[in-house]
Amino acid sequence: MERLFNFLYNYRAFFTFILLEFFCVWLIIQNNQYQSTKYFNTSNSVVASINSTEDGIREYFSLRDINAVLSKENTFLRNKLEERNQLLHLYKLNQTDSTMLKRFEYVNAKVVNNTTKYYKNFITIDRGTDFGLQPGMAVISSAGAVGKVKSVSEHYAVLISLLNIDDQVSCVISRTGNFGTIQWEGTNSSITALKYIPRHVKPTVGDSIVTSGYNAIFPPGIFIGKIKEFKLKEEAPFYEIKVELGQDFGKLSFVEVIKYRQRKERDSLERTTIGEAK
Amino acid sequence: MTRNLTVYIISFVAYVLAQVFFKNLVLFNTGFCFLYVVFILMMPIETSNLFLMIAGFAIGFIVDVFYNSLGLHAFTMVFIAYLRNYWLGTITPQGGYDPGAMPNLPSQGVQWFLVYTMPLVFLHHLILFLVESTGTLFWYSMLKTISSLIFTMTVIVILQYLLPQRSRA
Repeated sequence: MERLFNFLYNYRAFFTFILLEFFCVWLIIQNNQYQSTKYFNTSNSVVASINSTEDGIREYFSLRDINAVLSKENTFLRNKLEERNQLLHLYKLNQTDSTMLKRFEYVNAKVVNNTTKYYKNFITIDRGTDFGLQPGMAVISSAGAVGKVKSVSEHYAVLISLLNIDDQVSCVISRTGNFGTIQWEGTNSSITALKYIPRHVKPTVGDSIVTSGYNAIFPPGIFIGKIKEFKLKEEAPFYEIKVELGQDFGKLSFVEVIKYRQRKERDSLERTTIGEAK
Repeated sequence: MTRNLTVYIISFVAYVLAQVFFKNLVLFNTGFCFLYVVFILMMPIETSNLFLMIAGFAIGFIVDVFYNSLGLHAFTMVFIAYLRNYWLGTITPQGGYDPGAMPNLPSQGVQWFLVYTMPLVFLHHLILFLVESTGTLFWYSMLKTISSLIFTMTVIVILQYLLPQRSRA
């Protein structure tokens, strides 16, 4: 027994090394899970406030661009609203099902921290549980899909950016209606990859890619990007498609979080159905 | 010892804040600056392995909190902290180190300093990018490693000349 203790003591540095490394690996695995640790990330209020200060300085210099984007979006939305009102009036559809109308609710948020150059990029926003945010909600901007909420604190939330090699989003080529998956390849922050489009489909450059609404995170029809180029290798079952993202993630400053009110209902329905099938 | 500890705490905070500043400063999409490695590299030569690893874990963990990458920087820093003393032993100059010597540029010279820091910084970056991409994207990680190595080394050497360096522990 004494020899065992002596042995452990003599190699204490090595054993501490092994122990610490195992602990770190455990942390990495924990953090890779979709909904994970709450305190040790940038949604922590101390960390987020340091980041906000830094971002406040940065934002001051891009106010002009931000204003231009916001006013453009305002005009676009006003036109849409007018169009819609005209249509409703035309078809006398002024009474609608209120539960269907209020399926989605939007919460606006400011980006306080954002990276685009790492393999796993995250975005921190200044809304948290105080605005009813929960992990798993979709986040969009005026130019397209942005990501989904990973963890939430009282005033801040961390999002998994579309620019994260672990993130997959179910999507559809809106012209042909074929389903695929968007997953970033980790190199270029304006390009993402569209996977699992089978050989028989005929995509063209410039086709819009929108979310499919199949995974209950993004509502259907949210713009992601446009096909930039595609390749079909011989004997490959799927196309290799590069998609130019609609949102320039380097300039992200305001986003909207989508609260899907019927998500619980849909999730539990799907779960029970799948459970029965097994 | 208490004086040393104060120095460590102040430099710890300084390196973390500098790292937060460097978070979004990326050159040519691939060059990152992970300056906080210096926190471990610049500790006195006689610092024990155990202390180095615990300090490395601490700074790695705090950097991880800011980078949303829990465990990643901590893992890499513990590895570098463990290797540091063995590497110092391997490159001991003739006649050995003076007691209480510091492994910094003014007291050891440019050549020795580059031989000491470059491989450790290279290894740090390589492990960091490989673990982050879980082994995929090897060649792109290599590109990132080399451009980050140039960036980080430049900043490290400039800081060695700019900031006053202690010659004794």
